[in-house]
Amino acid sequence: MKRMLVVAAFFLSLIALWHLATLSGRWSPILLPSPAMVGEYLWGALRDGSLIEAVEVTVRRLLIGYAIGVGLPLGLLTSTSDFFEDTVGSLALGLQTLPSVCWVPLALLWFGQTETAMLFVVVMGTVWSVLLATATGARTIPPIYARATRTMGSEGFDKWTRVILPASLPFVVSGMKQGWAFAWRSLMAAEIFVTILTGFGLGQLLQYGRELSAMDQVIGVMVVIVVIGLIADKALFSPWERFLHRRWGTGLK
Amino acid sequence: MITSDSEPRASPPAELVVEGIDKWFRTDRTTTHALEDVDFRVAGGEFVCLVGPSGCGKSTLLDIIAGLTNPDKGRVLADGQLVQGPGRHRLVMFQESALFPWLNVFSNVMFGLHRKPELTNRERRAIADYHLELVGLEKYKKAYVHELSGGMKQRVALARSLAPDPRVLLMDEPLSALDAITREQLCLDIQEIWQRRRKTIVLVTHDVREAVCFADRVFLLSPSPGRLREEFRIPFARPREINSPELAHIAQRITAALKGYLGETHEAAE
Repeated sequence: MKRMLVVAAFFLSLIALWHLATLSGRWSPILLPSPAMVGEYLWGALRDGSLIEAVEVTVRRLLIGYAIGVGLPLGLLTSTSDFFEDTVGSLALGLQTLPSVCWVPLALLWFGQTETAMLFVVVMGTVWSVLLATATGARTIPPIYARATRTMGSEGFDKWTRVILPASLPFVVSGMKQGWAFAWRSLMAAEIFVTILTGFGLGQLLQYGRELSAMDQVIGVMVVIVVIGLIADKALFSPWERFLHRRWGTGLK
Repeated sequence: MITSDSEPRASPPAELVVEGIDKWFRTDRTTTHALEDVDFRVAGGEFVCLVGPSGCGKSTLLDIIAGLTNPDKGRVLADGQLVQGPGRHRLVMFQESALFPWLNVFSNVMFGLHRKPELTNRERRAIADYHLELVGLEKYKKAYVHELSGGMKQRVALARSLAPDPRVLLMDEPLSALDAITREQLCLDIQEIWQRRRKTIVLVTHDVREAVCFADRVFLLSPSPGRLREEFRIPFARPREINSPELAHIAQRITAALKGYLGETHEAAE
């Protein structure tokens, strides 16, 4: 509770500083709108539904792309043999270094201005880091687990789901988190780049703000993007991380 | 129906025959002769300890008996059956680090039981409860592995390997990582548990005290290549105190013999 208050006080004082800066009159309100103006924009956009709709479109793209979780099984596959490590593994390593926004031109040419193009970019942003993390996790399982597992008669599917996957969970979760961050960034970039007629996402809303020189909209949408990122982190990953800390006894104070 | 206070059925302990085991480890750069012509026999329900300095191949031998590693020569028979791979009748009590951190104590003990399709879930839970009581950890069912002390972890490891009712139990230095007091207590408890749930036990250790405390017979292994050198019968009644003077006396004799082998290998190397 006390920590919550500290957090609230910190952000309120940031907003107060910002407010003072606009009051000073050194910067044009067109370039630096006051917190109240941004709030007003957000309130208006909430009420006319444009913001909600954009959030829906963006989050849907992200979740669907993220849910196409091919990284996990591919990562487990990669860990099974040197052959897959050398082939799929090195491909993944190469493509992970490619900033995922670089997939946008290719996606547009292949799929046109469609939802598929957006999903493709999100999937390409996610899959490699999840794959690599899972493979690393599965490969670095202490050999003693493998021996204990074998003597207790766990093999095949049972071994993969009951031992290898849970044992590599710390890696998998951090890979998923990294994948989420990549996907979120690449989706924003894609939305700013290209207008897709099947839905206006947050990126597009941001871009319109620029075209209209509506700085309150630009800052407002940026705030929304940050808040969604924070919520996703808390809702999707914090429970897993708490789970890991509790079970593995890591990171406890 | 089995309740937690009634004793679950125990399989009879198996007789173990180890015949002419040879094992080489080959890598690109070196070849190591780990074990040479190791031959011994353990009667059903007997407690045998293999003692040797580190690098004498004792853990490899344990792996071979467990079926985790294949010997290059020789064979292992459990009750006349050739050991060809790991099996539930020969379970290993690994060192504490083999417990699964993602499972709590109870689920760790349940792990091997889940792999026995002939049991119902109710029976599995009853057996797990029984074994946790046996090692004195019934209050820690829900605890996670990292919350336990070293001695408690070893108890969980013991319960986990006993629960599926193996006929042979293989132990890998169960006391070596513990402090003196915990060690003494666990030593007594393992003896008591062994008398209640009689298994054929093969224990490997570098710790002579540990060996004489448990064993009916102690086998000495000399290093590079690992060979069985001498056999000591430990005639004392159980339960034995790990720090008792009569054990210390025989431990001294065994230690002296071990030092002798080490001297030989040094000479051979020179």
